[in-house]
Amino acid sequence: MDFNDTPEEAAYRAEVRAWLDKNAVRKENVPASEVPGRGDVLRASKAWQAKKADAGYACITWPKEWGGAGGSSIHNVIYSQEESNYAVPGGVFAIGLGMCIPTLMSWGPEEAKQRYVKPAVRGEEIWCQLFSEPAGGSDVAGLRTRAERDGDDWVINGQKVWTSGAHYSDFGIVVVRTDPTVPKHKGLTMFYIDMKSPGIEVRPIKQMSGGSEFNEVFFTNVRVKDSQRLGKVGEGWKVALTTLMNERLAVGGNQGNADVKELISLARETNIDGEAAIGNGAVRERIADWYVQAQGLKFTRFRTLTALSKGQTPGPESSISKIIAAKKMQELGSFGMDLQDMGGVIRDREISAEGAAYQEQWLGAAGYRIAGGTDEILRNIVAERVLGLPSDIRVDKDIPFNQMPKGK
Amino acid sequence: MNLDFSDDQKLLKEQVRKFLADKSPFTVTRRILNAEGAEPYAKEVWKGLVDMGLTGAAVPEAYGGLGLGALELCVIAEELGRSVAAVPFSSSIYLAAEALRLYGSEAQKQQWLTKLASGEAIGTLAVGEGTFAASPKNIKTSFAGGKVSGEKLPVPDGDIADLAIVLVNAGGKPALAIVDLSANVAKEVLKTIDPTRSHARLTFKDAPAELLGEQGDGWAALTRVLEGAAVLFAFEQVGGAEAALEQARGYAMERYAFGRLIGSYQAIKHKLADMYVKKEVAKSNAYYGAMMLNDEGAELTEAAAASRIAGSEAYVFAAQENIQTHGGIGFTWESDAQFHYRRAKLLALTIGSPVQWKEKLVRQLEAKNAA
Repeated sequence: MDFNDTPEEAAYRAEVRAWLDKNAVRKENVPASEVPGRGDVLRASKAWQAKKADAGYACITWPKEWGGAGGSSIHNVIYSQEESNYAVPGGVFAIGLGMCIPTLMSWGPEEAKQRYVKPAVRGEEIWCQLFSEPAGGSDVAGLRTRAERDGDDWVINGQKVWTSGAHYSDFGIVVVRTDPTVPKHKGLTMFYIDMKSPGIEVRPIKQMSGGSEFNEVFFTNVRVKDSQRLGKVGEGWKVALTTLMNERLAVGGNQGNADVKELISLARETNIDGEAAIGNGAVRERIADWYVQAQGLKFTRFRTLTALSKGQTPGPESSISKIIAAKKMQELGSFGMDLQDMGGVIRDREISAEGAAYQEQWLGAAGYRIAGGTDEILRNIVAERVLGLPSDIRVDKDIPFNQMPKGK
Repeated sequence: MNLDFSDDQKLLKEQVRKFLADKSPFTVTRRILNAEGAEPYAKEVWKGLVDMGLTGAAVPEAYGGLGLGALELCVIAEELGRSVAAVPFSSSIYLAAEALRLYGSEAQKQQWLTKLASGEAIGTLAVGEGTFAASPKNIKTSFAGGKVSGEKLPVPDGDIADLAIVLVNAGGKPALAIVDLSANVAKEVLKTIDPTRSHARLTFKDAPAELLGEQGDGWAALTRVLEGAAVLFAFEQVGGAEAALEQARGYAMERYAFGRLIGSYQAIKHKLADMYVKKEVAKSNAYYGAMMLNDEGAELTEAAAASRIAGSEAYVFAAQENIQTHGGIGFTWESDAQFHYRRAKLLALTIGSPVQWKEKLVRQLEAKNAA
């Protein structure tokens, strides 16, 4: 056992590092004052993505004919590991390249692939994914947005929600109900859509944390061509599964949060009944528990990387990661606030410990436990796909969608 | 990146698993349970393990072993844990043989390590003196003039062991002494929560003994032995947790309630998913522990503690929720679910409770993140 690269991996890593040194600045060399605004980030992200694509570091595992580098999963991991040490813009392409374009490549017509894949890889066009609805979150197939056939076109009416990046996206993939008279999974169809189409309105959602990373998207008589269909009419669920398979990989980790090391510092600086909190048994026990979880996550990732490095398919162990990470983020944030005692209520970068990291992660974690699969859905996935337990009984399986009982 | 066992090690694991599935099914462990102390361990299983050379797996060839390493012991441990075998392997090998290998003098190794490797003798480690944790300040068993006097309990396999490495008070300092248990030692079998692993009270009255060769600071030597054992026990716990999960899954897939398989209810599905999550956290920590143990790595202390904490949590949880999944039938004497319940708690206590290991871990983390 060791954490070393193979000679081939080491050579690739050296190549990547040399390229990054030449084209980017290491994080530790960036002055704290240089925090660019939102518009700049978008422009900078696009420029950086184009540079990566030219050098063969965008969509590393994709075939060269589609703008990728024909590399292996371990190449991709090595590049990401190295890039994370540099101050580079990113994130805006994750959903498009992680979910939308792979779906387009699997199901789209040839002309669409020729037209859209390469510009997406180069970051010239950004894509978003329009699945969740007010009436369909964990139960996405319960969505109500309708599309009705009108000659060569389809006309879409309805509402999507929790759409990341819709406000700066050029295109999107959208799943809609084309037949409400059949059971819910059978009446869906997928399209790709120009986000500038008349009748689309994007409104940012203000989250309880105060941020706005997601949107509501309203469709009013939006016309799409039948040639924009992905897969057959009524097979949208099958197509959507291609997308969702990639989602849990694309929903990122919890970088930038306080973890055990920070908590130890905080426990040294705070007190319980006049004594340093670090000496308190309850505090020590929680530090130990979170350390064990953090190490468990880290070495589970290493086990997955080991399989990739050997050219094998990783086991199901990585399915535990978000279940652990989200809850840990929430509880550790909450506990960090407890250590600040009455002052824990303060959420101020200047006053609160770690620049208010505990307050921020406590607020944000409430959403992280839901995004990209709730804790409960993820447990179902482990139970069904890993342990082979039966699917939940679905009382709506055979009922036409328009006859299903609906809540508010 | 290679955080996995080699093909050879996996092959060894497979062989041990087959052997134990064949020779150490629950019917054998149950025989030991029902014997109520009259048959302290499954001799035929033990003999089979010895015949396969497993007792000498990590013992150098110079002392009659196979000269393999810690990683081989880890895969053996995982299978012993999975089968809930009723054998003194952990006492004799993880504890006594490892203590001798690490700190024994040449003569001590020639005399004892060879016998532990060949299975001619069974060894153990005697640390505790009652219902409290041992510390450098509370050891009453004394060593003076080549003799040990005092009382140790509970000593795993103390009733069947031929020698014990005994934590003693040597003129006010903690030390490890080797005691031949054939003279001046009274052995009394104790009632415990898991009769499938026997434990004893050992009473030493001027028992001839010598200090373990090159131990230096006795408490540091004990700590190192326990850290190695923590990793090995963690593999037993991972194996046990996996087996308990499989048992629960098996029952959930055959038992009907309210007209449905109970495994189709989310209350059961999520419980089993939680068992899986804890088991994987334990496994990943144990893998790093194995790597640190095999390399005598700089992070052995925290890796061992994390392995032990995660392993204890995973197995105790899996074992208790396995019975819960079974319902009433799981609480009967006939049910095999009790074997995991008993063993899981035994393993979580045997080289110190999770509470103690959490304290060790945080102390180490404090040292690493100096203020």
